Amino acid sequence: MTTHTFKPDLPPPGKTVGAWAWMRANLFSSPVNTLLTLLAAYLIWLLIPPLLDWAFISATFSGTTRADCAPGGACWVFIKERFGQFMYGFYPTEERWRVNLTLLIAIVGAAPVFFKAMPRRAIYGIGFLIVYPVVAWILLHGGVLGLEQVPTTRWGGLTLTLVIAAAGIAGALPLGIVLALGRRSHMPAVRVLCVTFIEFWRGVPLITVLFMSSVMLPLFLPEGMSFDKLLRALIGVILFQSAYIAEVVRGGLQAIPKGQYEAAGAMGLGYWRVMGLVILPQALKLVIPGIVNTFIALFKDTSLVIIIGLFDLLNSLHQATVDPAWLGMSTEGYVFGALIYFIFCFGMSQYSQRLERKLDTGHRR
Amino acid sequence: MKMVKSTLAALTAAAVFGLAGTAHAGPTLDAVKKKGFVQCGISDGLPGFSYAEAGGAYKGLDVDVCRAVAAAVFGDATKVRYSPLTAKERFTALQSGEIDMLSRNTTWTSSRDGGMGMNFAGVNYYDGVGFLVNKELGVSGAKELDGATICIQAGTTTELNVSDYFRANGLKYTPITYDRSDESAKSLEAGRCDVLTSDQSQLYAQRIKLAQPDQYVVLPEVISKEPLGPAVRRGDEDWFAIVKWSLFAMIGAEELGVTSANVEQMAKETKNPDVARLLGAEGSFGNDLKLPKDWAVQIVKQVGNYGESFERNVGQGSELKIKRGLNAQWNNGGILYAPPVR
Repeated sequence: MTTHTFKPDLPPPGKTVGAWAWMRANLFSSPVNTLLTLLAAYLIWLLIPPLLDWAFISATFSGTTRADCAPGGACWVFIKERFGQFMYGFYPTEERWRVNLTLLIAIVGAAPVFFKAMPRRAIYGIGFLIVYPVVAWILLHGGVLGLEQVPTTRWGGLTLTLVIAAAGIAGALPLGIVLALGRRSHMPAVRVLCVTFIEFWRGVPLITVLFMSSVMLPLFLPEGMSFDKLLRALIGVILFQSAYIAEVVRGGLQAIPKGQYEAAGAMGLGYWRVMGLVILPQALKLVIPGIVNTFIALFKDTSLVIIIGLFDLLNSLHQATVDPAWLGMSTEGYVFGALIYFIFCFGMSQYSQRLERKLDTGHRR
Repeated sequence: MKMVKSTLAALTAAAVFGLAGTAHAGPTLDAVKKKGFVQCGISDGLPGFSYAEAGGAYKGLDVDVCRAVAAAVFGDATKVRYSPLTAKERFTALQSGEIDMLSRNTTWTSSRDGGMGMNFAGVNYYDGVGFLVNKELGVSGAKELDGATICIQAGTTTELNVSDYFRANGLKYTPITYDRSDESAKSLEAGRCDVLTSDQSQLYAQRIKLAQPDQYVVLPEVISKEPLGPAVRRGDEDWFAIVKWSLFAMIGAEELGVTSANVEQMAKETKNPDVARLLGAEGSFGNDLKLPKDWAVQIVKQVGNYGESFERNVGQGSELKIKRGLNAQWNNGGILYAPPVR
């Protein structure tokens, strides 16, 4: 019996594989596309080489003063020399380990929450959320346990940005969830209260809130009583963002079919358990993109504290550029600032996408 | 430095005025002594006037006034805590008692003196709106700027001053307003405008930002009066006098030739009765101000006289290299004049 052996497959025609074919399919598939491709290539050629030249080739990396920088290129010496200020503001140099330790505790302490194997994750997570701010305040502010007191006016740079963002996120999320539930409550008083609160805070711009907290509030306080400026800003940010979170969460609550509520109720669960065990886990999962979106916006909005004279990352950059020793370095400063903001925001968005994939149970398309 | 009066500002002022009668009539000096430092409101960043070095130490001409007051009260110029304030915040901060004094390149005007519940304690820098032009234009005076395109920083009285000046002189101009000083500097460099206008003290800082500073020149004309000085809350005359005389001591010390280097020696050996009275070697004039006897010695020793402070922060000893001009002593071509200690 003869055995038939298939001849090996012929390679695909040359025109359909390789870089050239890819380009033909994606870049030059029609006259319009060809034109657009050429236009884009021209723009890239116009923009990228001067940018690379400015940022790397003609740039100065070593030295210690403005005079060391070659004209025409970026002066990264400025960033190098003022790096400490951008990261820590005017936090005393010998006390900066406390900022680092606070961040380390946050990372190490929060890590178990992300491990599935960890027992009682939720309880640990809530406990951490309650204990950590106290620990962070003691470490950063000091004044007890033999730590030197560092008033909040000396906090600054990325540290301050992260403090405002973290406090804003940690404060606004729980408050927002409560507000969202309140807005859907059957009790008129609770509902009216929540609706009023949400609509009020959504109706005013954040910049006004900060301005009020810093300029008007002190006038209404009794004589000799002065609130910490940072604390005032934090409360403003938390209240403002909680209104947005509430509306995002409400969107999730509305997407849950009524049957879920009824089924949970039929099992004999009370209101809080219906919400906590059945509704919220589904609703929050649905609105992860919305929540992260709000957080990213919040992170960037922290830079508005510039108007009340708090020295966050952006204002620290601005402040360093008015030092007569470094006049004219604003471009370098703002490029550096943009890079840092991008790293954090992109990181958050990537994490949210991972979270969505992990929690995916069939809603994704 | 100056802001256009928006509705909000008017509201703030109204609130300030309404509360001014009740708030903080108490003696500021006692409160300051009790807490152990002077809380001083400064700018959130202005080259030469108040800015922070890498380590967080504040420097500048305005900052030196705060330090002088601390030196007079405590004999220690470091006993100051600074509140960097934006232009909009500064008056509220003073009114509400958050700060004890405001030294934030604030222009002394009648409405601020009369209506905002504050007292100006003198002038530590005579400023005014000026022009920075490209040398290629071949302009030697502001009157030749007919038809020029002018870069202006938004939201300051500079806009009004420029418009007044050009209208008064029958000249035409095209304004381009920018929000930040960096933008206007870049714009001048790119040739989008012929002239950059701002307070003259800031034009020198703007010039440094340009790639070729030597290509540009600050015109001699100053078209408005901007006397900048420290201010305190109304209703506490003792504190007002202390801030006022701390500044006068710096100015007077320069006139009398007292410097940080020779002050201690002069306090012991001087034969000049004016110097002896200022430095407390004769009489007890410090006590009239409720200050220690050696108040002026401490100011000059730790902060320097006005001339030293000027040269160090904005003059030849700094990057800005501003000439003394109006800010020289009265007997040296300027208008600085400190009343006598007597």
